[in-house]
Amino acid sequence: MLNRRVLRVRNPLIRECMAEFLGTFVLLLFGCSAAAQVKTSRETKGQFLSVNMAFSVGVMSAMYLTKGITGAHLNPAVSLSFCVLGQVPWGRLVPYFLSQLLGAYVASGLVYLVYYDAIMEFSGGVLTVYGPNETASIFATYPSEYISLSSSFLDQVVGTGMLMLCILSLGEKRNTPAPPELIPAIVAAIVLGISMSMSANCGGAINPARDLGPRLFTLTAGWGTEVFTCYNYWFWVPLVAPLIGGVLGTFMYLIFIHWHLPDPDPPESLTPLSTISDKVLQPSTMWDNGETIPWAIAEGRRLSGDVQKEASSRRERNIATDGPSVRGCVRVCVWEAREGETERQGWDGAARGQSNLTEIGTGDPSPRPCGDAASSVKGVFRSYKEERKVRANDREYNEKFQYASNCIMTSKYNIVTFLPVNLFEQFQEVANTYFLFLLILQLIPQISSLSWFTTIVPLALVLSITAVKDATDDYFRHKSDSQVNNRQSQVLIRGLLQNEKWMNVRVGDIIKLENNQFVAADLLLLSSSEPHGLCYIETAELDGESNMKVRQSVSVTSELGDQNNLASFNGEVVCEPPNNKLDRFCGTLYWRDKKYTLSNQNMLLRGCVLRNTEACYGLVIFAGPDTKLMQNSGRTKFKRTSIDRLMNTLVLWIFGFLVCMGVILALGNAVWEREVGFLFQSYLPWDPPVDNFLFSAFLSFWSYVIILNTVVPISLYVSVEVIRLGHSYFINWDQQMFCSQCNTPAEARTTTLNEELGQVEYIFSDKTGTLTQNIMSFNKCSINGQTYDPDFCFYDDTLLEAVKVGDTHTHKFFRLLSLCHTVMSEEKSEGELLYKAQSPDEGALVTAARNFGFVFRSRTPGTITTTEMGRSVTYTLLAILDFNNIRKRMSVIVRNPEGRICLYCKGADTVLLERLHPCNQELMNITSDHLNEYAADGLRTLALAYRDLSEDEWEAWSERHRSAAKAASCREDRLAAAYEQIEQDMVVTIEDKLQEGVPETIAVLSLANIKIWVLTGDKQETAVNIGYSCKMLTDDMTEVFIISGNTVQSVRQELRRARDRMIEMSRTRDGKEEGVEGCFMGNGFREGQGDSRGGEKQLQGPPPPPSNLMDNISGEFALVINGHSLAHALEADMETEFVSTACACKAVICCRVTPLQKAQVVEMIKKHKKAVTLAIGDGANDVSMIKSAHIGVGISGQEGIQAVLASDYSFSQFRFLQRLLLVHGRWSYLRMCRFLCYFFYKNFAFTMVHFWFGFYCGFSAQTVYDQYFITLYNIVYTSLPVLAMGIFDQDVPDQRSLEYPKLYEPGQLNLLFNKREFFICIAQGIYTSVVLFFVPCAILSDATQSTGVPLADYQTFAVTTATALVIVVSVQIALDTGFWTVINHVFVWGSLGLYFSIMLALQSQTLFGIFPNQFHFVGSAQSTLLQPVVWLTIALATAICIVPVLAFRFLKVDLKPQLSDTVRYTQLVRQKKRKPAGRSVGGAWRGVGSVSESRLGARGSSRRSGYAFAHTEGFGELITSGKNMRLSSLAMATFASRHSSSWIDTLRRKKHSHTNTPPSASGESSPAPSCVSGSIPPLSNSSSVLCGSQDAPIEEETGAAPDTQTASTSSTQNPPAPAPASEADDGSAQTLNAGVLTPVALRSQGGDSPGGWTISLGAVQEALLRWKGRASASNSPVKLAE
Amino acid sequence: MMASSYTAKEEDGHITVSGPGALRSRKPENTAFKQQRLPAWQPILTAGTVLPAFFIIGLLFIPIGIGLFVTSNNIKEFEIDYTGVDASSPCFNCSQSFSWNSSRPCTCSIPFYLEQPYESNVYVYYGLSNFYQNHRRYVKSRDDSQLNGDPKSLMEPSKECEPYAFHENKPIAPCGAIANSMFNDTLELFYNDPNGTKVQILLNTTGIAWWTDKHVKFGNPGGNRTTKPINWRRPVFDLDADEGNNGFINEDFIVWMRTAALPTFRKLYRIINKKSGMVPTLPRGNYSLEVVYNYPVRSFEGRKRMILSTISWMGGKNPFLGIAYITVGSVCFFLGVVLLLIHHKCGNRNNNADISN
Repeated sequence: MLNRRVLRVRNPLIRECMAEFLGTFVLLLFGCSAAAQVKTSRETKGQFLSVNMAFSVGVMSAMYLTKGITGAHLNPAVSLSFCVLGQVPWGRLVPYFLSQLLGAYVASGLVYLVYYDAIMEFSGGVLTVYGPNETASIFATYPSEYISLSSSFLDQVVGTGMLMLCILSLGEKRNTPAPPELIPAIVAAIVLGISMSMSANCGGAINPARDLGPRLFTLTAGWGTEVFTCYNYWFWVPLVAPLIGGVLGTFMYLIFIHWHLPDPDPPESLTPLSTISDKVLQPSTMWDNGETIPWAIAEGRRLSGDVQKEASSRRERNIATDGPSVRGCVRVCVWEAREGETERQGWDGAARGQSNLTEIGTGDPSPRPCGDAASSVKGVFRSYKEERKVRANDREYNEKFQYASNCIMTSKYNIVTFLPVNLFEQFQEVANTYFLFLLILQLIPQISSLSWFTTIVPLALVLSITAVKDATDDYFRHKSDSQVNNRQSQVLIRGLLQNEKWMNVRVGDIIKLENNQFVAADLLLLSSSEPHGLCYIETAELDGESNMKVRQSVSVTSELGDQNNLASFNGEVVCEPPNNKLDRFCGTLYWRDKKYTLSNQNMLLRGCVLRNTEACYGLVIFAGPDTKLMQNSGRTKFKRTSIDRLMNTLVLWIFGFLVCMGVILALGNAVWEREVGFLFQSYLPWDPPVDNFLFSAFLSFWSYVIILNTVVPISLYVSVEVIRLGHSYFINWDQQMFCSQCNTPAEARTTTLNEELGQVEYIFSDKTGTLTQNIMSFNKCSINGQTYDPDFCFYDDTLLEAVKVGDTHTHKFFRLLSLCHTVMSEEKSEGELLYKAQSPDEGALVTAARNFGFVFRSRTPGTITTTEMGRSVTYTLLAILDFNNIRKRMSVIVRNPEGRICLYCKGADTVLLERLHPCNQELMNITSDHLNEYAADGLRTLALAYRDLSEDEWEAWSERHRSAAKAASCREDRLAAAYEQIEQDMVVTIEDKLQEGVPETIAVLSLANIKIWVLTGDKQETAVNIGYSCKMLTDDMTEVFIISGNTVQSVRQELRRARDRMIEMSRTRDGKEEGVEGCFMGNGFREGQGDSRGGEKQLQGPPPPPSNLMDNISGEFALVINGHSLAHALEADMETEFVSTACACKAVICCRVTPLQKAQVVEMIKKHKKAVTLAIGDGANDVSMIKSAHIGVGISGQEGIQAVLASDYSFSQFRFLQRLLLVHGRWSYLRMCRFLCYFFYKNFAFTMVHFWFGFYCGFSAQTVYDQYFITLYNIVYTSLPVLAMGIFDQDVPDQRSLEYPKLYEPGQLNLLFNKREFFICIAQGIYTSVVLFFVPCAILSDATQSTGVPLADYQTFAVTTATALVIVVSVQIALDTGFWTVINHVFVWGSLGLYFSIMLALQSQTLFGIFPNQFHFVGSAQSTLLQPVVWLTIALATAICIVPVLAFRFLKVDLKPQLSDTVRYTQLVRQKKRKPAGRSVGGAWRGVGSVSESRLGARGSSRRSGYAFAHTEGFGELITSGKNMRLSSLAMATFASRHSSSWIDTLRRKKHSHTNTPPSASGESSPAPSCVSGSIPPLSNSSSVLCGSQDAPIEEETGAAPDTQTASTSSTQNPPAPAPASEADDGSAQTLNAGVLTPVALRSQGGDSPGGWTISLGAVQEALLRWKGRASASNSPVKLAE
Repeated sequence: MMASSYTAKEEDGHITVSGPGALRSRKPENTAFKQQRLPAWQPILTAGTVLPAFFIIGLLFIPIGIGLFVTSNNIKEFEIDYTGVDASSPCFNCSQSFSWNSSRPCTCSIPFYLEQPYESNVYVYYGLSNFYQNHRRYVKSRDDSQLNGDPKSLMEPSKECEPYAFHENKPIAPCGAIANSMFNDTLELFYNDPNGTKVQILLNTTGIAWWTDKHVKFGNPGGNRTTKPINWRRPVFDLDADEGNNGFINEDFIVWMRTAALPTFRKLYRIINKKSGMVPTLPRGNYSLEVVYNYPVRSFEGRKRMILSTISWMGGKNPFLGIAYITVGSVCFFLGVVLLLIHHKCGNRNNNADISN
């Protein structure tokens, strides 16, 4: 069965054009048939009137038929008028006109066929325009004999004016509006009136299409040109006059009526809105694309607030938007706006069609006046807002609204529509259209200088390649669609659970979800197996946040429980229409005469996964394309590379050049035809239409445009695509960018940006999860002034000792860790504990406590059970003061079994230290020192404290707390704060591990002159610390500026000060190091990297303007800027100041940045620096930045996939970035540039020969070559070698690119392909063409064969030139290719071979025997290529073309070698020598190698860490409310039994597989960093470490992985200390692993989000939502996802 | 591109990997191709390769050039312009009065003197100047099908032949502008013996066209209901008495139909075969060229020439080729020397292959 959705045309323009076509077709079919009937029957079967009536019937039918789609213009004059009124976009005018014309034409044809015999009989077989037997007037209109041209013009103007005047008022709501259903009939009546009153003079066409279409038909059908020429070319009158008339009529209507209608009631005065309508009112994004508002009604809608009009207009729009797919079953209901129950009744009434409401639908098309209804309810309406109504378990009811089904369709085509739609899309590309235009030109015999196939073959090839690609893409989309659509879900149908495919789920169904299932559609949560209707979901697929969220059903439905109750549930939901806001939902549930407010908290969105919940039931609200997931999957923004833009400019220039050449040659043609051709006419007469030399020149221009078009090769764009695709595959295939831990290879998600990777100048990096792993592990602690400094986590014997001997402080420390948190535990199987933490830090801490014998086991709302040193203890939980962003700490108050009350607190050290009891000053000092020490190591620190409370204190506090809770939540903080005078403190630190190879990568990248900016949501201290630990900031930096001003003024001042300081410093430095000046080395290196920096070029002479000065700052500076300062710095007037300061710095760190600011910073650099930017990040908060940068890179792995989805490239480790940029990017850029240079060269060399030949062939556009050669040159003879070069070329091997980051610079400076290079290529091409033409020309003109036959005949000349051309360009590509793989050899030699064999085949006798008229060149190749003179000519031409190039290139390499040349040469030398190395020379990367040496390096202790206890608000309230407490027990059962293959398992398995095979994993994963890690000696002239195979040393080196890696693997590898007396003993390793891993799974992405935190979970959603809404007003991930 | 970013794969996400076998490694294959490690030859422009190349080109081209030049110089060529532009020219009268439709042929005789004897075969060419046989409309104005002897095309010449496709409702054979403007002067050579007798030199009419043209491309159709081209005096089947050289396969006709590449061209007209023995083909002495002046070129300022030439292995006289080779060879050699000097003096790389950072 054909599916309507499959066949539906998606392009609105095509749909509308189809409608207009059909409408006009119907109109004309009626009209012309009637005319034919009357005419051929000599008015025996009808009179003039019947023709008029038939026309009006035609109008009516056509309008009923098509009004829903376009509004049924049927008439270009009407279309024009609506364009003038602004109701139809101007762009629609021409397509409409053409389709109307076509409709009329086709209809005439059909009428002709139908009445063929009658017409023949009537006219006697002679089709005439004049005379008694004329039949032309059946079709087009003709004026009466008497009428003058001006009168007929006036006649038409008046007629059309009347038409417009009358129909415009029909839709006017403030006037006397016509019922929309009757409008076609009324319009028909108007047309009838006009034709009865105004058609005597000249037939009353009043419609250009109606007249021109049939007239064209008569022209083609045999009436001859007379149909146009008759009555003194009268035909233009019905073409032009109606257009004028229509516009005049429109203006008349506006002037006389429209502007004077009474104003509608202002809509603001209306009470809240509640018109009921359906989803079609809000077209899905896919369809909402320049829809036209139908003409008749739109006007009214715009101006009137009248309900009826509103309603009808909306109906119109519905039809218009969804086109034929909507069967018109649209319900428009209006009801009285009173509050609450009244409204309900009104609605119910409306729904049943009983009361004073209007119902319009297919079932009941009769219009009922609803003006009465409107006025009867006080004329006040809730309107203007479209809503969705869903009633549970009532498919019949819901079906009326035509909601989208749950079938999603992301594919674009089906089998039927593929060809037309795809072709249509392809011809929207300028290049393709251009070639189509050429093709059309070639069909004109006077112009055609080439056979049609010279263009159509390449064009067809190009189109089919693209079509195949599109088809493949679409095929996969079809496949994935059907996979999704065929997923099973359990639907409650008539009280029974039935398995249904997803695509069959309907809005209003109740479906059951089980644990770990995907949510099939956007559901309203009705009930769940958990208490209180809670359920947990993971939204990673949706918004990238990987933490769990809780959803709760409305209390009333949560009690429904079992299937029977649910089956009888018939609540009705009224809610907002589909939108893409993930965090917002508002609706109301009506059930049993009560209404309940619904919010996002009640919704389960498609794409989420149900977690930790046995089952739940949901009501489908949005399905398929209406779901928020689908609404969010918008079209991806199309990024272009700078090469692309340059290429487009160049192509435009080439067009210009083409036109210039055309003009020159056309002028030449004019002169020649006048001087010579005129005299030459006895031999060569002019073509018939040419009567003078100017016309000939005009034709010659177009002829030359055709033959010179190959300067813009059609294969250019396709070749570029192919090359990029190849590069993308290489990225995907790169093993060294494969992360074996996460089993993810790198992925090029877009194939269009590869070469831009070679030009990056700025990298904007996220911190958390990008630079760092965001895996926390407990690292060091200081307890009561005693620091425990284990080498590895919890491996410190002294600490273990201390625990064992029972040091109270140590016990308290760990007890605190085991109590003060909001982690939830889950006993998966016997003795296997899983912790679910809100943030990884918490998980790490609780796990650490467990490892020291303080095992947190379970909790209930009122208790916490732990196992302390093997003894089970249950604490009574009195209060949890959860963490939040302001307090920066969390506390618990517990009562231990002995009845003592204790407050435990942990939080940011800065906050906590303030609150400590002052009695312990000494301890505080020691602890502070420890803190500093830890912080200096880049660890996250936090402080712990406790206090014993007396019963009274507790009572007093809880009393206050209770009262405060009633008042306002914020007061709680104050109260809590008041209480926290804390006795004693302990410090613990957590390490946030850097990802592998980050410092090395950053060092290499900065050597490549790429500036790295870290944009993080973290606090300043955190960010600075990470900056140090990843070597962005170093202690040898001249100065690190910190901008943290709070006002515009202070920020400005600080920036200025920083700049002045920089200038000053660099001045003094330059003064000192003037001797080092001028060390610009011949090999392109600048000395002065590393220690002897300062050798940067400095302008001499008078002080240069500041901007220049800033560009030449020497010395290394860094800038750290705060979020609020950044806000000021990003203001318009500060921008330049900020940019100039920041860009002079080596490193920039922006902290506390919101996602929006991230994007703004990127935009700012894009704007001011014109540099290529790359943004890398992993979380949803990086999406904005990723999208706005030129290149977005997503780190796939820890956080959700939002960033990856938005990115252009994705991989799982930051360190792969160096390979992506320095290897792949560099190669891509190089290859693309070489490709483009060569491509333009070869086409100019090819084409310009025609230009020179023009001077010798009378500018007649004679081609030099055989037409087959022209056809095949670009697509066969020369395409493959250049493609091979563009895909495989390498100047230096990948290891060298990483060793010499400076090799990256040419890309940044855009040296390899720019306008200059382009002109060089062009010049070379032109030079070649000159040689290729004049050398054979000079030699062959006198030469003869050895038989005496002259060689100067055209065909010999053509073959010689073509052969020389192919050989020259092949030699040139051989010169250009630097990396000859087998494929290159095959392609280059193969192309040459192909050329000769194809040529010989095409010029063979066999082919000539079959098609003597197609193969004129028979025998030419044989007889030409046997001549020694010809070969001498070719050799000479080749030598002349190539020798200068060779000399020039040699000189360039010899005198001014690029670094890549040097590297290449060095390698060559080394390959030859193969001697053991005597000495090694330190290289730039040496410094890099030492980077990882010690993290504990000699950094000053000046930086005080205020490391936050970085986690998000936890499950605190949820815990105390007790809502979730069935979780653990239930989940235990669930997990144990059915869902053993849960996600946690999966993760664990992943981890295990990794930990089990660490050596191989590490060995495979990182050869790249190893070559920069300092273990390989540098290149030197005599060194031969690398001299053998290029790869061998690298492979060896990988065995000794870099330090960091070893550390990281071993830390996971090493078995943890035996957990003493823990119940986890049985299987400790596994348990511990699980414990360690938990934070990975639960890690929140909060670290960098707007305020540093995002909501996670808890029953505080309302407040949080509000907060988040505020925070994300401009920048939330949701917004960014739009 | 308007791709939606949504796919089912993404919805499935990365977590749903479940079951023990699902942890399939997605590691890319380690093949030389995929890892871009294909063995490759990496040529570099070094002094060691480029400079020898220049010298080799130079050393190759110069001898070739000298050889070509000498060969070319040994070829004897004699050219005479018989257009009759000057009033003094014997053909002046003919050139003045002539038009295509003149019924009476005009003849003129031009005496000339060969200073050297022509030993081997002598080739007689006629040359035209300022005649655009390479004009696009001219080039395409033919019907190869008809010329190949296709009877259908004979009666229905291709549209390309317009306006020389039909004449008086009869198809023209051969059709088209090329055929219509066929060169129709008759050239005859006479040797004025020192003893006063005028000996006509035997001119061979065959062997002047390409083999493929004569035997493949052109062929005679049967039947005849066609008319002659407008400018022709005789129909095509009356071109020659010899049946093997008549009709479309008449070699004069075939030669004319092979259009020239440039507006000034020469076409082979006749061959004077070397007589046996030591007698030169054309001894030194006085000759006269008798022209039946039919072909009008004055109207477009064209010129007509008659050329006599001997031939060598490399064809006719062609001094340019030799000179060009010598020039290019010397330039290469010279460039080689200059580059060597530059490299020696200034080239800084090859002495020191070290890369200093």
